Amino acid sequence: MWKIANPANFSKLAGRLIAPLSVLTILCFAVGLYLSFFKAPADYQQGETVRIMYIHVPAAWLASFIYFSLTLSALGTLVWRHPLADAAQKAAAPLGAGFTLICLVTGSLWGKPMWGTYWVWDARLTSVLILFILYLGLIALWQTVEDQNKAARLAAIFTLVGAINLPIIKFSVDWWNTLHQPASVFRMGGPTIDSSMLQALFVMALAFTLLFITLDLLAIRNEIMRRRVRRLLMLAASAGETAAPHAAAPQFAGEVHA
Amino acid sequence: MSALAALLWRELRVAGRIGGGGAVGLVFFLILVTIVPFALGPDLNLLARIGPAIIWIAALLATLLGLDRLFQADEDDGSLDLLTLSATPLELIVFVKCLAHWLTTAVPLILATPLFALMLAQDGIGLASLPLTLLAGTPALTFIGAIGAAITVSLRRGGLLMAVLVMPLTIPVLIFGVSAANAALGGTISFATPFAILCALSLAAMAGAPFAAAAALRQK
Repeated sequence: MWKIANPANFSKLAGRLIAPLSVLTILCFAVGLYLSFFKAPADYQQGETVRIMYIHVPAAWLASFIYFSLTLSALGTLVWRHPLADAAQKAAAPLGAGFTLICLVTGSLWGKPMWGTYWVWDARLTSVLILFILYLGLIALWQTVEDQNKAARLAAIFTLVGAINLPIIKFSVDWWNTLHQPASVFRMGGPTIDSSMLQALFVMALAFTLLFITLDLLAIRNEIMRRRVRRLLMLAASAGETAAPHAAAPQFAGEVHA
Repeated sequence: MSALAALLWRELRVAGRIGGGGAVGLVFFLILVTIVPFALGPDLNLLARIGPAIIWIAALLATLLGLDRLFQADEDDGSLDLLTLSATPLELIVFVKCLAHWLTTAVPLILATPLFALMLAQDGIGLASLPLTLLAGTPALTFIGAIGAAITVSLRRGGLLMAVLVMPLTIPVLIFGVSAANAALGGTISFATPFAILCALSLAAMAGAPFAAAAALRQK
């Protein structure tokens, strides 16, 4: 964990990993999409529309997983002062928002033929919507606070406070009567989905995860470079000041003394 | 102990003097409660059904607006730095400030609720249960709001960002508050269940929020 704490080391490592990871992601998506849309059977009740599940469910898993990784990064910032944790936090927030949006939109499109409504205010949908708003709040926080180090610590505190939402999302279908169906995969007693569908689901989940890891590495590397550019700009600005302090304000001096 | 008591007394006196404090929140509460019937029309049955929800939304928004007062004035004149550096734990200081804020902003709302509930066609049981649910739930709103206020205290125009940060965290309080108020008016669930959860949310917020808010105040 600490060897890659050096941003230069991380950038090198990320640069080497991104190409193979991208290839792996594309392959995984290809296999997953083939399994989802051609090989896996149609549902006896829902027909072909069940195939939205192969996008909706992995996106939902990723939405929660990304917030969980944000929580770990937040701990890295506050507790261990890990240098990369700040960049990891800033990079993952928009990605998390994106996956949550995919989850909400695909779920909504699935709900119309299945439940007859695009949206319902049950516990699962409401808590995922809250997750989406938490992501948006984090993005807004990063945009508003200028000092990036301070932004990282404030975002970390907010992330940790919002982490209470994760178990609520997971167990919302158990604790309340929801229109959203109860857990079918990660539950006591094992999954209740047939293995022919489960296979496609897990491959798509792997594809989504690889996509997130690839994008995350890219984003962290971008953030490192962004910080470097910002630092160079500030150094150049202060070098300009010290190089020509008197030339900086000739008119005012002239006006005052004239 | 006496340092915290002095802080509490100071907060109460300052709230009584500057910027209106509780009075402005009360007027805002009144405005919200009067606007909704204008928008909905005088249908008393409709108002009676959604009255608890309107009161709760108005309480949430009034609290949210009043949170500006919590840390901003002290930040502007430097007292917040002194409080951060003092020997008393910052968490306790935050707790006392939130307590004073609740006493000066939320308690006037709770006391005025029966009157506003009358304007929204609530009756008998509703007039008693609505302030009770507010009493149980507004500490959660204030303390959770303090986290947002602490995070945005050093920003120049952080008011809207604070609302965005605080809102998702206070949604459960709103849900259970309205659920308890509606349960008291009769219905399938008992009043005790959502009310107990509401009390739990408030107690948890009172216990946990000072730590998060103090950590955020130290970052500024």
